[in-house]
Order: sequence, then structure tokens, then C-alpha cells
Amino acid sequence: MLDTLALSRVQFAANMSFHILFPTITIALCWLLFVFKLRYDQTDNPVWMRAYRFWVKVFALNFALGVVSGITMSFQFGTNWPGFMETVGNIAGPLLGYEVLTAFFLEATFLGIMLFGINRVPSWLHTLSILVVAIGTMLSTFWILALNSWMHTPDGFEMREGVAHVTSWLDVIFNSSFPYRFTHMLIASGLTASFFVAGLSAYRILKGDEKLAPRLALKTGLVMAAILAPIQAYVGDLHGLNSLENQPQKIAAMEGVWETERGAPLLLFAIPDEEQRTNHFAIGIPRLASLILTHELDGEVRGLNEFEGNHPPVKPVFFGFRIMVGMGMLMLVTAWTGCYLLRRRGELPRWMLRVMVGMTFSGWVATLAGWYVTEIGRQPWLVTGVLRTADAVTPLAPGNVQLSLSLYLAVYVILMYAYIHTLRVMALKAVKMEEFETETPSSEAAITNLPGKAEEGSA
Amino acid sequence: MNTEFLAGGLTYAEWLPVIFIGLMGMAVLIYAILDGYDLGVGILLPMDSEHEPQRDIMIASIGPFWDANETWLVLAIGILLIAFPSAHSMILMHLYIPAAIMLIGLIMRGVAFDFRAKAAVDLKLTWDRTFKAGSLLTTLTQGYMLGQYIMGFNTEWNAVAFSCLSALGVTAAYSYVGGAWLVMKTEEELQRRAVSWTKNAGRATFIGVVAVSIVNPLVNPGVFDRWFTYPLVMFVLLIPAATFAIFVFNDRLLARLPKENDRYCRVPFFLSVTIFLLCFTGLAFSFFPEIVPGKLDIWEAASATESLSFILVGTAIVVPLILAYTVLAYRVFHGKASHLKYH
Repeated sequence: MLDTLALSRVQFAANMSFHILFPTITIALCWLLFVFKLRYDQTDNPVWMRAYRFWVKVFALNFALGVVSGITMSFQFGTNWPGFMETVGNIAGPLLGYEVLTAFFLEATFLGIMLFGINRVPSWLHTLSILVVAIGTMLSTFWILALNSWMHTPDGFEMREGVAHVTSWLDVIFNSSFPYRFTHMLIASGLTASFFVAGLSAYRILKGDEKLAPRLALKTGLVMAAILAPIQAYVGDLHGLNSLENQPQKIAAMEGVWETERGAPLLLFAIPDEEQRTNHFAIGIPRLASLILTHELDGEVRGLNEFEGNHPPVKPVFFGFRIMVGMGMLMLVTAWTGCYLLRRRGELPRWMLRVMVGMTFSGWVATLAGWYVTEIGRQPWLVTGVLRTADAVTPLAPGNVQLSLSLYLAVYVILMYAYIHTLRVMALKAVKMEEFETETPSSEAAITNLPGKAEEGSA
Repeated sequence: MNTEFLAGGLTYAEWLPVIFIGLMGMAVLIYAILDGYDLGVGILLPMDSEHEPQRDIMIASIGPFWDANETWLVLAIGILLIAFPSAHSMILMHLYIPAAIMLIGLIMRGVAFDFRAKAAVDLKLTWDRTFKAGSLLTTLTQGYMLGQYIMGFNTEWNAVAFSCLSALGVTAAYSYVGGAWLVMKTEEELQRRAVSWTKNAGRATFIGVVAVSIVNPLVNPGVFDRWFTYPLVMFVLLIPAATFAIFVFNDRLLARLPKENDRYCRVPFFLSVTIFLLCFTGLAFSFFPEIVPGKLDIWEAASATESLSFILVGTAIVVPLILAYTVLAYRVFHGKASHLKYH
């Protein structure tokens, strides 16, 4: 049986992985909804309202899943990682507190008006509520990534009797990796949401939806992805250079470099072997890693052997990085191909629609792979140089964690199935019925006869 | 520390934990009332198929609010974590399993709320059941945790029995406030049913409150001394006396509702809220300034002064704003729930 440390790590990773899926969609999707609603306010074109009405329901579903899985997170620190708060609570506490105070209440309250208030408040206030929710989700990202980045590159504190005390809040919040991580995550959300919107819209069109709204959403998603994908590659590169400076052992694991070397090759594929401290079946492009990381052909890349006993497990970081980059390139190619076809033909051919459906959740794969690289890449530290993960774990018996972990996993599997299933049901329903064109349905009686009556009943 | 506090003369650094326990108390109380009514509505859902329209209205009555209501729990846990980290660890380590089950309950109801409206029609009943079961799981575990907290995390059989009683008491109390919410927000047949639910839940709550009030001072000698020390006893016994009077008054009022023109339909809700307030005051009075009864007081558990100061500035600015836009949301969605339109 696994010990409490391993079980707690798996539980935290499971909770976190499940949670991040939904905010990654909602952060950017809320901005899209704001644009849809704003365009409707400006142009009075009902297509914008129809697009809004479909996507706001999808948004509400994602948001609910994000909220409930997020509440679980707020308990994890106390239940499984008491050492974290005991050592760095003076920093982590206020950052989490500001997230709750400035973001959670704002999102939750205005979400009520956004989802249910369209006929109760003036249109401008409704549009404003969407904007406030969008700002709330970004504020939430801001605070949680400030804390996460601080754990990677801690700054602005001093240790007194084994406890971190703040010396400068500005240095704590705007620590050196924060700007890169924050931007990288926001763009990741943009890409995830745009492929999600494009994929679900392509699915509707494939199922015979003749309406304009899904075509509009598909185009919006494709264009957004085509713009964001190259920017993300650039920001990711900057983030990598920042990590090279602050966490060279993480970069060494990402690149699979064992010995410090000049002119290190970029490994396209290899199987790192931590016991023999070497790579098998390595296929690489000579000197490219050095060029990318140091911008010199024979620049020096520090190897893992310099950090023996103090570097992350190599395999997950090495493969996670390749999955993230590979998925990113696939997204770039797909988005550009899609935009090109759309420009030339005005409509995507069926094979391309199928590709878009296949890419619906590509953002999730890239985001999760990226987070695994950066979080596993921080090990064995929980807070780099300050606190080791093993020293923060609860003294609870493993049986407790095993029980809670099994419960969570069972619930997550059921929820994921229900989520995907419900998305399909919603998309298929939308194929058959028209979203309301205006804010007020023309006749109450007509609506109750529609097959989608239940759907209008709630968020 | 305790006597010093009563004698006054605290420094700024010693005041901070007092301010934060006050804030946390406020967050817990607001949570118990707000999520209390929406959990109560979940518990009261009638599950037979002919009452599906009633379920729709009941869930519509809490639709715009439940998310923000739950956020008060996150704030309360957040303040405990930020201001009193060692108490947070101690409490949650003892309550690990019930807390995990409560979270499962919260997840179930949170998602069921959304899925029920969007899933295939044949699955709607399943999600409604999930909503009800999740609500019950949440209230039972919260009540159990309250009982365990009062009993100092004792796991002997009698302490566990008391915690189970507390689980039922809290569930009854949430149903009470939830029923009263429905009396205020619904009409016609559903309102008549809500009146009778509220009346029954009120009586069950009364038994629960009496039981906890008797057992608490008996098992905690410190609590007994505090309540029954002359001359304070004359003053503090007003709390149970007022609670009793309000229970009786609300019970008699409910027997006469609904009235013409829906007069007094809001009164049961605000009376039940007052009972929550009084019970909470009683509990706070029993334990303050201890944060883990018999083990840790707020000064021992508090974080560093500079961290508390940093978060206090934000709190002073943001909390009034939160309260303001919460009031805005309740004003936007005032009136009977059956008149709500969606999206």
C-alpha cells in the first residue's frame, strides 16, 4: 500500500487536475460571452444573442463544476498539507484570502445576475455583470498564480525560527516567474476555450445544424486560436528561459540533459533512465537545445548530475513537456489550416469539421501536461529551497487518505462521464431547436411546448 | 490571556486575532443562514413524480443565490486558514473523513443543480435525487462536525452518539430556515406545504437545540462555569429564554399561515434567522476566546501580525463591497420564485 505522502500527492494532483479543467475553459469563455452580448447590444443582430444563449448554458455547467471542485481544494491544505501552512502560511494565507475576497464573491454574486437576471435588470447591467464575472475569474487566476509562482520562485520574505515572514508584499506577489506563468496560463485558457467552442460548434454543424450561430462561434474560435497559438509559443519560450535562470534542474529534466554540456541537442524522443542516469533510444537535433535555451549554438546547458538527489523525477517532466509542445504545435497547425480553409471556401469541409471535433479538448491535454511539467519539475520541493514536500504532509494514517481519495476518484469519473454526455445532449438539442432570438420570448405558451422546455428551466 | 482580555488593555497585535475571530464568526453565521436555507430547500424536495413542477420552483427559488451562499463557507475556512493556521490543521485533521464526505455532498448538489436542467429529460429525476442526497449528506456531516467540535473531538461512543444527535439537529435547523424561505418565496399549494414543513422542522429543531444546550455545559465544565456564574447568569440566560419565546411564537404564527394577501409571509424566515443568531451567540459565548475547545485559544493559534494586517486592509475595503452587491442581488431577485424567468 502507498504511504500517506504518496496518497496525499495523488489526491492533491487528482483534485487539482480535475479542477483546472473547468476554470481553464471558463476564464476565456466568459470574455467570449461578454463579446457576444456586447455585439448584440450594439448591432441588435439576433445571431449574437442565439450564440450567447447556447454558450451561456455551457458556461454555467463548466462554472458549476469549477466551483464545487474548487471548494474541495480550499480544504486540502489543512487536511493533507498542514506543514505548508505552518511554514509559509504567512504568505500563502493572505494570497488565498485575497482570492476569496476579491474574486470568489464577485464571480458568484454577479453570476446569479448573469444567468438568471436577463429579464430583471436593464440590458446594460446584464452585460456589465458578464464583464464583472470575467474580471472576477481573471482576478482569481491572478492571486492563485501569484501564490503558485511564489512556490516556484520565492521572494520578498525572510525565515525566522523556521517560519516564513514577509518583508515585501510586492516582491511576494510579483516574484520573478509570476508574469510569465500568469500570461502563459491566461493564453492557455484562451486556446482551450477557443478549441472547445470551435469543436462543439463543428459537432453541431456535422449533426446537420443549418443555423448561423454555430458557424459564427466556430469562426470566432478558429480565429482566436490562430492568433493565440503563436503568441503562446513565444510566451512559453520566455517562461522556459525564466525557469532556466531560477530552476535549472527543471529545464535539465525537461530536456533530458544528464551531463552539463555545450551545444546540447534538442531531444525529439528518448526514454530517460534515472537509474543508469542516461537516455535510451535518443533522437535529437544537434545543438538546438542550446540554441533555444541560451540563444547560442554552443551555449552551456547544466545537466541533472549537477543536482543529484535534488532534482525532479525525469520521466514525467521529460514526457509531459513533449506532450505539451506537441499538442501546442498541433493546435497551431489546425487553427491555421482551419482559418485558411474558411477564407478560401467560406465553410469548413466535413473532414476538417471532424478534425475540429477531435481537437475539442486538446487544450485540456496541453494544459494538464504543462502543469505536470512545472509542478513535478519543482519536486522534491514544495516551496523551492524553503520546504520539501515530504516535510509538509499530514501525520494521518494512510487509510484515511485512501478512503477520501477513492471517494473523490469515483465522483470525478462519474462527473466527467455526465459532463461529456450532457455537452452532447445540449449540442444535439441545439441542432433541433432555435435559441430565442430576443431577450423576451414572444409567447410563453409556445415555449412550454418545445422539447427543450426543461432546459430553459434553469442554469 | 483570557483575564487580560476581559480587563481590556490589549495591544494592536493582540486585537488582531479578536477582530479575525469576529470576522470568522460573521462568515460562519452568514454561511449557516444563507447556505442553510438553500440546503434546507434541497432536503425538503418532494421526490414523487407528480411534484416535479414544485421541485422546479423550489430549485428556482435558490438558483441565483446558492453559488454565492457557498462562498461564505470558503471565506470562513479561508479565515481559519489565514488567521489561525494551527487551529485549521488541528480541526481538519480530526474531522478528516466527515469533511471529505461533506465535500462530496457539496459536489453532488452543486453539479446536480446544473445537470438537472440540461441532461436528457429521463435523467432529471436522478439528478433531483442527487441534489436531495447531496444536501442531506452536507447537513448531516456539518452537524456531526459541530457535535465533534463541541465534544473536543472525542470519539468514544457517547460523544459519537451526541454528534449524531447534533447531525440530526443541524439538519432540522436547515430544513426550518429552508422551509421558511419557501413560505416567503412561493405561493398556493407549494406555500401551504412549505408552512407545514416549516412547522415540523421547527419543532425538531427545538428538540435539537434543547439537547445541545443541556449536553454542552455538562460535558464542558468551563462552559458550565461560564453560563452559570452569578451575576452574569441573569443576563446570559436571556439568550435561551428569547430563543424559546421565538420558537413558540413562530410555531403559533405558522399554524395561521398563509393569510390573506400573503401577509406575514416573510416573518417565519426572519424569526428562524433570529434563532440562528441566538444559538450562534450562545455557542460563541460558550467557547470564546478558545478556538479549539480546551486546547487552543485565538492568540496561540494566530498568524504573524504583519500577515493579519495585510489581509485586514483588504477585508475592511472588500467586505462592505461584498455585502453591498449581495444586497443588490437579493433586490434584483426579490418576489415570488414562480415569477422568475431564466437566461
